[in-house]
Parts: sequence; C-alpha cells; structure tokens
Amino acid sequence: MSDQVRYWAKEIETMPRAQLQDLQLRRFKELATRCYTKVRHYKQKFTDMKITPDDIKTLDDVKKFPITVKADLRDNYPFGLFAEPMENIVRIHASSGTTGKPTVVGYTKHDVDDVWTETMARSLVCAGVWRGDVVQNAYGYGLFTGGLGAHFGCERIGAAVIPMSGGNTERQIMLFQDFGSTVLTATPSFAAYLAEIIKQQKIDRKLIKLHTGVFGAEFWTEKMREKLETAFAEVNATGKFNAIDIYGLSEIEGPGVSNECIFKKGNHIWEDHFLAETIDPKTGEPTAPGEPGELVFSTITKEGIPLVRYTTKDITSLNYEKCDCGRTHVRHAKITGRSDDMMKIKGINVFPSQIEYVLMKIPGVAEHYEIIVERDILDKIKVRVELTPKTFSDSMAELENLKRTIEKELYTTLQINVAVELVAPNTIPRSIGKAKRVIDMRKEG
Amino acid sequence: MVTQISIFLPNRPNQLAKVTGILMKEKVNIRALTVSETSDYGILRMIVSDPDKAQKVLQGSFLVDQTDVIACALKDAPGGLNEIATVLGDSGVNIEYLYAFVGKATQAVLILRVENQMRSKAIDVLGNAGVRIYDPEEIYSM
Ligand SMILES: [Zn+2]
Repeated sequence: MSDQVRYWAKEIETMPRAQLQDLQLRRFKELATRCYTKVRHYKQKFTDMKITPDDIKTLDDVKKFPITVKADLRDNYPFGLFAEPMENIVRIHASSGTTGKPTVVGYTKHDVDDVWTETMARSLVCAGVWRGDVVQNAYGYGLFTGGLGAHFGCERIGAAVIPMSGGNTERQIMLFQDFGSTVLTATPSFAAYLAEIIKQQKIDRKLIKLHTGVFGAEFWTEKMREKLETAFAEVNATGKFNAIDIYGLSEIEGPGVSNECIFKKGNHIWEDHFLAETIDPKTGEPTAPGEPGELVFSTITKEGIPLVRYTTKDITSLNYEKCDCGRTHVRHAKITGRSDDMMKIKGINVFPSQIEYVLMKIPGVAEHYEIIVERDILDKIKVRVELTPKTFSDSMAELENLKRTIEKELYTTLQINVAVELVAPNTIPRSIGKAKRVIDMRKEG
Repeated sequence: MVTQISIFLPNRPNQLAKVTGILMKEKVNIRALTVSETSDYGILRMIVSDPDKAQKVLQGSFLVDQTDVIACALKDAPGGLNEIATVLGDSGVNIEYLYAFVGKATQAVLILRVENQMRSKAIDVLGNAGVRIYDPEEIYSM
C-alpha cells in the first residue's frame, strides 16, 4: 500500500494557481481559435452570439461562450465536430448517445499521447500506482474508452498491465493469485463482486497482493468506498486497501479527466488540459466554488474533437483549496447525481430515451414500458413492456420470439444485456405528466 | 371449427381466479382448460360454452385471443393417442399443442392445435382414420 505522495508531472501538478490560470487563459484562447476556424458548428455558434476568440481577455470571458451539449455531437454524427481531417485522426471511440446512434469522438496522436495517456499516467500515480505494480485492468476494451485509457496510462508510468477486460470472474481471480496483481482497475460494482467471490472461495490471503483499486465509470459513494476497502482488506495479504475514484467521459477524453489522490478528498481535475466550471442546470449561470452545479469542461489542449464548455450533466462542486498532497489542481466532490436521466449500468451509460427509441422501432410494442435497475452485487437492468391485443397471440413461440427480438435490439443499441418481461396491458402504472419510466433500486453507487 | 379462448396470464397471484370469477358471474361454463407458462407469464387456453361472450366479458381485464382448434374423440383404449399422433405425423401435420378433457358419457375429448393452413388436412386424415371430429356446438354444450 502506497502512503507515499508521488507525482508524475510535479511541476505542472503543483504549479501555483496564478501561473496555472495564465496557462489556461492562453490555451482557452487557442481552443476557441481552433474551434472557430476549423469546426463549422462553432463558427456558426460564435457568429450567432457575436463573439470571436479575440474577445477573450480574462478567464472570466469564458462565460460568454456557448455551452456544448451531447445533442450537438448527435446532430453532427459521426465526425461533424472533428477539427482535423481523418489523416490526422489516429483513434475513434464511441459511447452511448441518447437515441440509436452513439456519441463519437476522434483523437489525434497528440490527443492520445500528450493529453489522454499523460493525464491517465498522472491519475494512476496520484492514486498510488507506480512502476513495479501489476495492474489488472478489468475495464472493458473496445469502443468504450475505459480499457484502452487505463492500459496506456499504465504502460506510460512503467507499471505492468494485464489487459484482462471486464467479466470473466473466475479468470480474474486466478490471475490475482498467479500473477500477483497489486492494483485493480474496474467499476466499483464489479470490484465489490470480485471481493465477494474471493471471500466465498476462501482463497489464501497471502496470495492476494492487491493494495489499490482505481474505480470509476460508475457513480459511487463514500459508503461504497468503506465497503470496498473493508472487503479487500479482509481478503488480501496486508489487510490494507485503498479504493480510489477515477473520473472521465469519452467526450472529454475518457478516464483520467480527474482522479483522487491518496488523501481521498475529491478528484483533482488536470486543469492544464481541462478547464472546469460548474453551472446551474436551470439557468446555465456559473455556480460558486463549493456550490453544486453541472460539471462543464473545455478541452483546452485537444485537437481531434475540441469542445468548448461541454456539459457533463454530472452534478458536483469544485474546491480550489490546495490539497494535502501538494497538488494545486482543483478538486471536484464525488458526483452526487445527474441533471438528466442518464443511468450508469455496469460502467455503461444508458439513457431511457435509447430504450424508448428501440422499443418504438418494434411493431406492436405499446408505448408503455418501465425500466427496473437492480443491484444484486452486479447491476441488472430489466425492461417491462406491455403487450397489445395486436402483439398477443395464442402462440407462446411467437411471444418468446418477440421477447428475444426486443432483447437483441436493446443489446445492439445499448451494448449491455437487458432482460425483457412481457406484461399485460395496464400493468405499468400511468402517471400524470412526464411518465416515471425508471425504477432504480440500487441502494448506493 | 371449435373456437378456443386464449388469455395472457401474468404470473401474479389470483389471476386465474379472476378469469374464472368473471366467467362464473357471466354464466359462461368452462369445458376444459390448460395453462402453459414461462417464468414471467402464462397462456391460459379454454374451451367454454360461449367463446364470443367469454371474449367480450374478459377483454376489458385481459388480453384475449380466439384460436381455432380441432376437437376429436379419443378412443378409450391403449394406443388411442398414439394412433392420432401417428396419423397426423405421417401426413406432415405438426401438432402445436394438445390437451384432453372428459366430456359427457365419460367420452374423452382431445383438443388439438395445428397450423391454420394444415387444419382441413388434419380433419380429413383424422376422419379417414375413423376418428370422430366434434362439431363446435357439441363441444360447447358438452
Ligand atoms: Zn490531493
């Protein structure tokens, strides 16, 4: 267990705030210029608002610029917000959109090497990971940014990374023992599940060397931290364990936008790359430090898909006080919720509107449905769909077929397994006004 | 053709009782019933004294469908069912499901569901094999 404070880029991470803000101002101006000259969407927006990059004199002027939302990415699907031609793009990732189409992001070599991998390396070191650690990376590899982001960060700092990807519980546990993994990168719910199985299997604790978990891609609470730290400390060799929060989203870069240090008092946002604000979800006005608001980022160093004031819809507050670890970069508190209805299930973002989009494509499915999310250690999602006189037939094979079709279509769009339950008409409670479609029974997350 | 009533039955307590309660109140008699189920729901299939009335009184509360089935006599002797299955199988008629009940004069009645386009063929081959096919009215009033 690492109680020692280490830095990956000490000069930057501990830079006096005045100097950091000068850097941010210069970089925000560069970002605005890139967007204005290279992205038609921004050119139009800035023109409509009668602003140009030349209007930026102080960091306060950032407020004059438009907020970017997820719908802007959807409206410009797939590559409309890219500021660079494809010959300069080296990677494409995608995450959930609000309907059938994913949200697509592209990276230049600079974005991957100097922004993402760099901030990911800082994040891991900040969490207490170092050369000599064996990192079992249980984030999914693929279009999802989690796996590859953590992977390249580990390689950058010289830790040995095991590209295990998610799932595959038995093998995960075998490798903990056989490879002596010291760090686990995973969603907190999967980590809790693994700890539970290690305990059940009564594995010799001398063989479990895990000292740190870098957990993210889901919202989790202080209570969950206690639970995870206790659970791993009960089954590992040292009897001590650090559960550290990592935060990110593909629109900004993926994991590594911010990370907790070993003092666990908020996530440090790597402000030389991401200019952070919080805004009131209703008015769009900035909220004061310490006050809750939607977390908003400007990707001031990114080239592939540079974003001005992108709102994450995650609710948190900012703390500019210098941290015990010596870092000067602002910290955000644990995410307390969303200003929209996005859910995080097994690390995947799910919008009820995506589910609705799929259901409405299937003939004969009623407009009444209900989403039930449960956590039986792992997250489970079920959609209850009302049958109509048209879809009901005497043939059970046909009903089962309908159910499988819906399940398959949901998987195609959401990339997670959803159980479909066919129910009778008028089973799902109707509500006045906006229908309450989601029942989230997860106690903590 | 005998008309069967099929009802979508959620796997919750008292659903069957609710169906039978409505039919009792409306004086519709149940001649036979069978339930097939999954973990989430079941399909209740019934032969009743008045299928149209049953549909009318149930459809406010349940998903109801009418299905044409064949009702034939089942010989009260060893191999009775085997004979019917063999005759249909040899003619390429696939039985989707079947169930039996005992009618008047302790005569066993078999309810058979086959694909719609195979129904007249099934009736022909059963008739040729000497199996008695019931008229709907006989069954409803049995
Ligand atoms: Zn710190």
